[in-house]
Amino acid sequence: MSNWDRFVFSFFNADVIEQYLPSIIDGFFLTCVLALQVVVAGIALGLILALIRSLKIAAVDLLIVLYADLLRALPPLVLIILFYFALPSVGISMSGFTVVWLTLTLVLGAFAEEIFRAGIVSIDKGQWQAARSTGLTHIQTLISVVLPQAIRITVPPLTNRTIAITKNTALGSVVGVGEILNQATTAQSFSGNATPLMLGAIAYLLLFVPVVVFGRWIETRFAWKRQ
Amino acid sequence: MDVLVENFFNLAIMRSALPTVLTGFGMTLLLVAVVVPVGLAGGLLVALLSGARSRLLRWPMIAYVDFFRAFPPLVLLIFIHAGLPFAGIDLPAFAAVTLAFFLNTSCYYGEILRAGIESIGKGQMEAARSTGLTKLQAMTNVILPQAVRNVLPDLVSNTLEVVKLTSIASVVALPELLYSAEMARSISYNASPIILAAGLYLLLLWPVVRLLSRLEHRLAG
Repeated sequence: MSNWDRFVFSFFNADVIEQYLPSIIDGFFLTCVLALQVVVAGIALGLILALIRSLKIAAVDLLIVLYADLLRALPPLVLIILFYFALPSVGISMSGFTVVWLTLTLVLGAFAEEIFRAGIVSIDKGQWQAARSTGLTHIQTLISVVLPQAIRITVPPLTNRTIAITKNTALGSVVGVGEILNQATTAQSFSGNATPLMLGAIAYLLLFVPVVVFGRWIETRFAWKRQ
Repeated sequence: MDVLVENFFNLAIMRSALPTVLTGFGMTLLLVAVVVPVGLAGGLLVALLSGARSRLLRWPMIAYVDFFRAFPPLVLLIFIHAGLPFAGIDLPAFAAVTLAFFLNTSCYYGEILRAGIESIGKGQMEAARSTGLTKLQAMTNVILPQAVRNVLPDLVSNTLEVVKLTSIASVVALPELLYSAEMARSISYNASPIILAAGLYLLLLWPVVRLLSRLEHRLAG
């Protein structure tokens, strides 16, 4: 076999593709489902926490800051390992999927809370005063006047952060979640061939290149200057 | 409560795991000391090339950045560690991790530095050139210091992510902090070593998170 043939045999093997493509496709959809659930829950969590923080209750603020700091300082993989391998010893057992979903939701929630809060804080005080003087309540002002302006400037950082965190769904392979990477490495060890890894890589490109390009577009579309 | 302490905050087990976990912490620090400078250097190159006037330089850089940003870092690492040997390239774990991190972090640092350079007005370059500085001198002495200052929070934030990301090296059995703690956990059947490792990550990174909050606040306010 020439070097080229050997390369094709190892990385683009038609037999291996035929056998393992279905499982990679399963992994693709599982990655999508997991990512979507993380995005929806994480952003909702972040928004709720930022709204609670805008009420300025000292004790609650402290708890939220503590939570956001912890989740931003710890590597997600450490949390996943802790939840998956350690919590069962105190009687809390979760599936790998639940563990990864929960971890990434908590992490995204922490980052999103900080981003939303920065957005809310950046809105000029005059907006609050003007809105309140028209008779709106604090909550009404927040929801109808401040948030619509704040969300606009949070879109680029939030998009980038969300993309980065959804890519962490690949960490699910460590705790046996059958997402793309897990399917690819399993198939690779069964077939003794690198083709499934190549298929996995292509699946990630198909999924995330549009997302990354979208993120780039968002960044120019919502471009805002510091200061 | 006792069960919780016994399983998660067991001091006897932490004490016996401490040497292993500290060795792992040392490896994490070494890894950071290698991948952060390498990533920054690569990122600077990416930023300079993607700001070039020639499309032949600019477009491949955009493609490079979007291509490697599309892969979860763990996927790059597994591909390099488990896939490349099939092509006759068998890298030791440390080199595989360094290469994966270079491909990933140079893109992120590159995008940040590019934004920084773009934030500096054209007049700065023109003024610097008119004083007789070469293009390179103007870039390193005039543009870059201001650019870095403008994107400092993003650079710090990305570095924080890179340090956290070194934990994925455990998947290819590089004995860094998480791997060492996980070894100690599987030997002792007790999660305390993982808590110990989490404590070390916090010790290292919590100050960075605090610093970041203040940096971002100053820019916003």
